[in-house]
Amino acid sequence: MTSVLYDVPGPKARLYSLIGSAAGILIILGVLAIAVVTLAQQGIFDADRWEIFYGPLAPDVWSLIGQGILSTLAAAAVAAVIAFPLGIALCLLRISLISWIRIPTQVVLEFLRGMPVVLMMLFVLLVFATGQFQAVVVGLVLYNAAIFAEILRAGIQSLPKGQREAGLAIGLRSFQSRMSIEFPQAVRRMLPSLIAQLVVLLKDTSLGYIVGYEELLRKIQIMADFLGPDFLFPAFFVGAAIYILINLSVSRIAIMIERRGSKKAAGGVAPASIRTGLSAGGNDPVAKDSVEGPGTK
Amino acid sequence: MDAVIASLPEYWDGFLRTLYLSVISGIIALIVGTLLAAMRVSPVAALRGFSMFYVEVARNTPLTIIFFFAAIVLPRLGVKFEQFEVAAIIALSSYTAAFIAEAVRSGVNSVPVGQAEAARSVGMTFTQVLGFIVLPQAVRTVIPPLINILIALVKNSSVAGAFFVLELFGYGRQLSNDYGDQVLWILLGVAFFYLLITVPLGLLAHFVERKVAIAR
Repeated sequence: MTSVLYDVPGPKARLYSLIGSAAGILIILGVLAIAVVTLAQQGIFDADRWEIFYGPLAPDVWSLIGQGILSTLAAAAVAAVIAFPLGIALCLLRISLISWIRIPTQVVLEFLRGMPVVLMMLFVLLVFATGQFQAVVVGLVLYNAAIFAEILRAGIQSLPKGQREAGLAIGLRSFQSRMSIEFPQAVRRMLPSLIAQLVVLLKDTSLGYIVGYEELLRKIQIMADFLGPDFLFPAFFVGAAIYILINLSVSRIAIMIERRGSKKAAGGVAPASIRTGLSAGGNDPVAKDSVEGPGTK
Repeated sequence: MDAVIASLPEYWDGFLRTLYLSVISGIIALIVGTLLAAMRVSPVAALRGFSMFYVEVARNTPLTIIFFFAAIVLPRLGVKFEQFEVAAIIALSSYTAAFIAEAVRSGVNSVPVGQAEAARSVGMTFTQVLGFIVLPQAVRTVIPPLINILIALVKNSSVAGAFFVLELFGYGRQLSNDYGDQVLWILLGVAFFYLLITVPLGLLAHFVERKVAIAR
């Protein structure tokens, strides 16, 4: 591995680096060992503490955890599916040419973005007296739709001016140009940010714990309350590991898509955008774009 | 409406505690995050690995879980805090530090390669290159995203309200219990105080962004 920040290490520097690495690993291992010993003294690693995961109670415990995972994913999925179209709509309103539509939308968006998500969930729960699921979903939808709108707006503004001008010049209405020329390109450009926001949305479902929605973390706590405080740590440990694993894998997928996208974008976006501009009278600029995008590399 | 006016002292107390949590955790997170970013670009493999691992895990852990760990699991394991604020500050700063590390790292990457090359060719060491040449230039590009992270931090501090800290959100929950018939106004009041922090910060981010854009 080479970096501009430092020379390729020579034998002496490699030795130091090796010693440093070894020392670092030793320190980390030492801290871990202390933690493990302290935990072991409290009997955390006694087999009977972990028995809930394989003993006679195991089926119930795992089915509770399964329900928790499902309700977490359900809230995230429903929220994402509603938030995205709403985000597009808000974005359209936000970039509208009519100032009495644009300015109020801007105020609303600023308001939504400046709010803690959990406060919106509580608001929906108490003011509209909905169920917990609805509260979680509506809270997530409001916040994330606002973020999606901002991301898309940034995407549209990053397009060359000629795109819209060309669309208007061949006689498309403003709305038609937005929908069939600008949005498809904006979504493509902003795909990494959009997916990153989806990961955030998934993470934020855990806020449902606070408004009493029975997602994974809440299930864990119910379980620990029921089984007794001795089982809090094992239950929490397993629950947190599952949560982190789900999030990590979604992030990995996001990074993969981003890599693929950027490979295309590197050769594709600029020439393709000129081409879509020229061929905007054609039926489907997106399809053309995506067919020829990789080819231009 | 009168419920809001009657509970202004609580609002004020909560507002100050939200500010307190955000400022302290923000400062800790800035320091730790910058250190993590420096580790990430350092020549020592163990430091790079640790920083990568930490950032990856912390960014993918829901904040609620970190809070749950700091405020409920840790005390069970014998780590007792005098006040729950300490648990909240630990949770918030360890979470935010990962995001700051990422922002600073991408800032470091945005500094033109020639800068580091020039610094190295006049004989500077790694720490000198980073400390005198790269980081000061990275700061410019990094400030707008950093402000956005801090805005998120202020909003995230609301999670502390669910873990025994009486900040704005915590008071909001308490007051909406006390004034069951005026929940709407109570919660709008809480929202107002959050906007009092986040909107000016957002405007600042916009302003700085424009400044930097012109300068570059």
